[in-house]
Amino acid sequence: MKTDLWLWTLVTVALLLLSGCGGSTAQAESTPGDQRAIQNKGSDTLVNLALAWAEAYREVDPSVSIAVTGGGSGTGIAALINGTVDIANASRQMKENEYEAASANGIEAVEFTVAIDALAIVVNLENPVSELTIDQLADIYTGRITNWKEVGGNDAPIVLLSRETNSGTHVYFLEEVVRKRDSDNKDIFAPQTLLMPSSVGITSEVRRNPNAIGYDGLGYVDTSHEKTIAVAIDADAPFVLPTVANGADGSYPISRDLYMYTAGQPTDAIATYLAWILGPGGQRIVAELGFVPLPEN
Amino acid sequence: MTTNPSVITPAVGQKEGQRIPIGEWLIENLIRLAGLSTIVIVVLIFLFLVREGGPAFLDIPLRQLFGSRWYPIEGIFGLLPLLVGSLIVTVGAVTIAVPLGLICAIYLGEIAPTWQREILKPLIEMLAGIPSIVLGFLGWVVLAPLIQNAGAATGLTAFTGAIILAYMSLPTIISISEDALYAVPKEYRDGALAIGATQWQTIWRVVLPAARSGIVIAVMLGIGRAIGETMAVMMVTGNAANIPTLSSGLIFEPVRTMTATIAAEMGEVAQGSLHYNTLFGIGIVLFVITFAINSLAGRIVGTRGARRTGGKL
Repeated sequence: MKTDLWLWTLVTVALLLLSGCGGSTAQAESTPGDQRAIQNKGSDTLVNLALAWAEAYREVDPSVSIAVTGGGSGTGIAALINGTVDIANASRQMKENEYEAASANGIEAVEFTVAIDALAIVVNLENPVSELTIDQLADIYTGRITNWKEVGGNDAPIVLLSRETNSGTHVYFLEEVVRKRDSDNKDIFAPQTLLMPSSVGITSEVRRNPNAIGYDGLGYVDTSHEKTIAVAIDADAPFVLPTVANGADGSYPISRDLYMYTAGQPTDAIATYLAWILGPGGQRIVAELGFVPLPEN
Repeated sequence: MTTNPSVITPAVGQKEGQRIPIGEWLIENLIRLAGLSTIVIVVLIFLFLVREGGPAFLDIPLRQLFGSRWYPIEGIFGLLPLLVGSLIVTVGAVTIAVPLGLICAIYLGEIAPTWQREILKPLIEMLAGIPSIVLGFLGWVVLAPLIQNAGAATGLTAFTGAIILAYMSLPTIISISEDALYAVPKEYRDGALAIGATQWQTIWRVVLPAARSGIVIAVMLGIGRAIGETMAVMMVTGNAANIPTLSSGLIFEPVRTMTATIAAEMGEVAQGSLHYNTLFGIGIVLFVITFAINSLAGRIVGTRGARRTGGKL
């Protein structure tokens, strides 16, 4: 019996130690005083950016603590409609029925564009290909085109690079490029696609492999070490290079706005936080995390 | 259990006489606790795996489970590419590591002079001490470009993973087979040499067969090390859930192993979802494979050992 008791104590202590490691760093600290807590939830694409903002904002105004959670754009918007969060993060705009559901709950959702997400298609500097249409990219990534000579390059196999499936970027690329924004299209990446655990994994393989093609957030791309491909929506449209300017004015086809939604016009702490995000302090972090900052107007 | 008569009998003073049994009792029970806890933990892990991974085998139709596509975010859970990936990398690693490790062990145990042994053995132990992530990084930075330049479409292939894993399991194979060779009685060698056998004949015909059971254990442990390794493999095999074909070079294609799949996808998966269950299901498959290898090793060693002692002594 005694051994059993010991054993259970040991197991319990081990479990407690383990569970202690998983604590969230974004949790609001309950210090007395006029602490203001902001609940922020939604898009996984935005979650790292939102966390970085929340962390940096602590130095700007220590009396405000911001709790950031992911879960996806839909989850964040649903929470906003139910009145459980102050700010919802979304990598898509709210739908009409979501606006209606919100106003039925007496909540008027207000939209803020907080950053731009542009994906650059990158290849090795030695690769002669410099322009591709979305159709060609879809054919390449689904494995219908397997040799560079089919898109005007050398006679060499195409090595496909992608982010892991758990990455929001992977899903965005799937919907935007592989499925060409067609929700009925059920194409998926070719099985030969190399799944890299990080953006850096993609850039370093592209730098050394003349056959590789990959995609990465613009912030991760260094055009002196890898070549960006100019992309056109179809064969008649102009080819556009991924640059901060082309991302900001919307001419680059694989880019999208990222949003934050508040319940009603924001007031006091939430208003100052959003103003800081849209200002130079917040937009500097946007660039640091590989997104396109909003154009200064 | 608490009193030990042999300690109490000498009347050297009550205090000293009692202290020893308490200490003994404590140590005995600590050892028992340690022994039992490993068994309990293994059982708990297995129960947990079955609880979390079991639903995958019930909810996913078997035909899909053995399908050739793995694309979990669309609900496509074909385990075949992952099984094949792990298999190719492990078999590749064993093919490289076993001959190399055995030759190295034979050299160390039978041929090398003492001063060389004294230098080489610590070096091999150092190889065992290199963290797997460092070997993975070396594979990514040094080995992958070499393989790419040798003509592969990309350097991130099953072959790259196999080489890294081979080097990771080499120290295990070398040191355990060397111990097995060391355990062969000196009389066997003396006897062989006395009837006119050369050193090579002695090693090949006498020492190696006598040490066979230990060598089998070494190989099996090496396989176990290779199939369970995660990080290094994840860095160098490209992680494409792809079934290589013979025509495409089999081992020079990127693959995705079972371990790398769990590591890469566990972080973001929703708890309780089918994808989550399936990742634990992969864990069960890995558990069963390792268990099978270990019991196979046990059986081989058991029968060989019995035959040897039965025949020769």
